[in-house]
Amino acid sequence: MTQAIEQHDAAADEAAQVVTIDNYMEQPVVLDVNHVEKWFKLPTEQATGLKQAFINWTKGIKGYKKQQVLKDVTFQVHRGEFFGIVGRNGGGKSTLLKIISQIYYPNSGSVHVEGKLVPFIELGVGFNPELTGRENVYLNGALLGFTPEEVDAMYDDIVEFAELEDFMDQKLKNYSSGMQVRLAFSVAIKAQGDILVLDEVLAVGDEAFQRKCDDYFTKVRQDPTKTVILVTHDMSAVKRYCTRAMFIQDGEVAVIGDKESVAERYTLDNLEAEKRKKEQERARIANDPNAYPNGLNARCPLLRTYAISSPMCTTSDRFRFAVEYQYDEPGDFYIAIAMNDIRRGGITFDSGPKRFKMKHHGHHVAIFEIPLALFNDGEFRLIASLRTPTPGDGTMTDAVAVALDDNSCTFVIRDKDNKDSYALINDRSLEFVEIEQR
Amino acid sequence: MNTLKQRLKDRYGYAMTVLRGLVKTDFKMRYQGSFLGVAWSVLKPLMLFAVMYVVFAKFMRMTDGTPTFPVVLLLGISSWQFVTETVGIGLRSIVDRGDLLRKVHFPNYIVVVSASIGSLISLAINYVVVLIFAIFMRVEFTWRVLWLPLNVLELYIIALALALMLSTFYVFYRDVLHIWEVLQQIIFYAMPIIYPLSFITEKHPEYSTIANLELMNPIAQTIQDIRHNFIAPATQPTVWNTFGSWWVKLIPVAITVLLLWFGVYVFRRNSRRFAEVM
Repeated sequence: MTQAIEQHDAAADEAAQVVTIDNYMEQPVVLDVNHVEKWFKLPTEQATGLKQAFINWTKGIKGYKKQQVLKDVTFQVHRGEFFGIVGRNGGGKSTLLKIISQIYYPNSGSVHVEGKLVPFIELGVGFNPELTGRENVYLNGALLGFTPEEVDAMYDDIVEFAELEDFMDQKLKNYSSGMQVRLAFSVAIKAQGDILVLDEVLAVGDEAFQRKCDDYFTKVRQDPTKTVILVTHDMSAVKRYCTRAMFIQDGEVAVIGDKESVAERYTLDNLEAEKRKKEQERARIANDPNAYPNGLNARCPLLRTYAISSPMCTTSDRFRFAVEYQYDEPGDFYIAIAMNDIRRGGITFDSGPKRFKMKHHGHHVAIFEIPLALFNDGEFRLIASLRTPTPGDGTMTDAVAVALDDNSCTFVIRDKDNKDSYALINDRSLEFVEIEQR
Repeated sequence: MNTLKQRLKDRYGYAMTVLRGLVKTDFKMRYQGSFLGVAWSVLKPLMLFAVMYVVFAKFMRMTDGTPTFPVVLLLGISSWQFVTETVGIGLRSIVDRGDLLRKVHFPNYIVVVSASIGSLISLAINYVVVLIFAIFMRVEFTWRVLWLPLNVLELYIIALALALMLSTFYVFYRDVLHIWEVLQQIIFYAMPIIYPLSFITEKHPEYSTIANLELMNPIAQTIQDIRHNFIAPATQPTVWNTFGSWWVKLIPVAITVLLLWFGVYVFRRNSRRFAEVM
C-alpha cells in the first residue's frame, strides 16, 4: 500500500514536468517501431473466388502485384509526448498507424507498444447502428479491453464530452453522422488508455466541438503520462500541439524531430509537388499543338495579362499592366478586364465588355493602368477576356478567350496608411457622413 | 494458485472482456425489433418440433417402432441444428465484423467464438424443451446421462473447429458459403438423424457395413452418443457398441482432434491478414 502511495507521489512529481522536445529522452519509450516494412498484394484480377484463384494457379499467374507502402521505418515515441505524423496522401501514414495499432502486421521489422493503446482510425470505431448509443459505448469499451465496470467509471465523461446526454438511449442509426463521429471520438479520448492514436480527427464536429477538442489537446500535451500520436494534414495543429513530429514520404521517414522544420518541409514538399504538376501541364501544352491552356483555344491561342510595374504596390501607385493577345479573325473585337479581390472575394471592378476596342489584328500588346488610391491592403487578380460583338445585339459581346490561371496577373497592395484592412475601400477615400442623431 | 489465477487473467482477461461484450450484443441483436423478443428462443424450437413430429413420426412413419423415437428425433435434429447454426453464423462472422476488425485490434478468434456461444445458448434452451418432452413421454433416465457434458463438449469442438476453418476460407473465397450449404445437406443425410440406422440395416442387410460407417462421422458419433446417453440407451446404436476394435471406435474422436488442430492452425496462420484482405 505504501509502495502504491510512493509511486503515486513519484507520478505527481513527474507531473510537474511537461514533456518537451528538450527533455523527452528522459522518459521511457512507449512505442518502439523498428525497421518496419510493409507491402500489400494488390490483386490484378478483381474477382475473389475459387474459380479465379484456380485459373490463375493453372496459368501460373500470381494474380497480384506487390506494392511497397513502408520501407524500413524506424522511430521511437517516449511517454508523455504529443507526436505528429505528417505526409502527403498515399505516403504510408495510415498504414503506419494501423501497424502501430496492430491492425496490420509488418512484413518485416517489429512494433513494440508499452501500455494500453486506444486507436481512432478512419472516423469511427466500428459502431453497430442497431444498438443504442449507450450499448455502443459499452461494446466499444469492451473491444478496447475495458470491463463494464471500467466503462461505468468513464461513461459520464464520455457522454458529457460528446454532448449527447439526450441521445444515449436512441439507436445509433438515428444519429446524424456528425453525432456518431463525436461519440466515437469521445470514447477514444476519454477511454483511460496510455497511448492515443488519432487519424485525421481535426475535421470532426462543428466549431464548438472543435474548440473543445482544441482545449483537450492543449491539456493532454501538458500531461506527462498520456502519449498521443496524431496523423494530420493541418500544419497549424502540428505547430500548436506537438512536442515532436515526423514527415513520412514514399514510405520512408524523411524528417523527424523539431516540429517547425517538419512542418516547413511538408509545406515545401507540397508546393514542389504543385509546381511539378504545373510544369508537367506546361510541358504537355508545349508538346501538343492542339492543346491550349485553360480558357484559350484555336481562335485565340494567346491571351495573357502581365505586370509592367512592380506587383507590390502602395495606394499612391498606379498599377500598370499589359494584355498580350493573338487574334487573326477579321471583324471588331474587344478586351475586357475584371479585377478580382482574392482576399475578400468578389469582383472589385470590371471594365465592361465594349470599353476597349482593339485596333490591330494579329499578335499585339495593349497597355493599361489602374489607380489604387481607393483600396485597403489586399491581393488582387486581373483577368482579361477577348470578346467579339454578339450577332444581332449591339450592346453585348461574347467571350472568345479568357486569360485564367497562369495567364492572369496578380498584384498586392501594402500601405502603412492602411491601418485596418478589413474592408476593401480605405478610410481616406470614403467615409460615412453623419447627418443627425435623434 | 493465486499467481496462476493472475496469469490466466492477464492472458485471457482481455479476450473474456471482448467475448462478453460481443455475446451480449449478439443476443440483443438476435431478437432486435421482434414483438415477442427472447420468447422466440423457446417458441421457435417448440413449433419446429411440432412440425417435425407430425411430418416424420405421424405421416411418414419413419420410426424404429420404439415409443421414444419422437424425442430421439427431436434431440438429433436440435443437436444438428446447433452445428449448422454455429458453422453458418461463424462462417460469416469474420466478414460481417470486418469494419470492426479494420479499426480496432482485438483477439479476432473471439468473433467466431462469440457466434458459437450464441448457438450454444439456443442448444441449451432446445435441450430443456427436449427434456420436457422426454419427461412427458415417460423416458427412463439412466446413469449414462452423466456422459452428456462430455458429448456436448465434443459436438461444440467439432462445430467450432469447422467454423474457425470455414470463416478463414470465407474471407478469401466467398464460394465457401455455397460449398458449405451443399456439403451440409450431404452430411445431414449421411447421418442417421431423421431415419434410424436400423431402417437401413434391417431392410437392406447387405448395406449394413456401409451404414455402420456413417458412425465414423464424428458429428454422427456425437449425436448418437447424446441420444444414447440422454434418452434411449437400449435402441440407439453408437460407435462404442457397434464396433469391436478400439482402433475403430476411436476414429471419430481422432477426427475431432484433427479437425480442431487444423481449424485453429488455419485460423491462426491467416488471422493477421484478415484486416488487410477484407
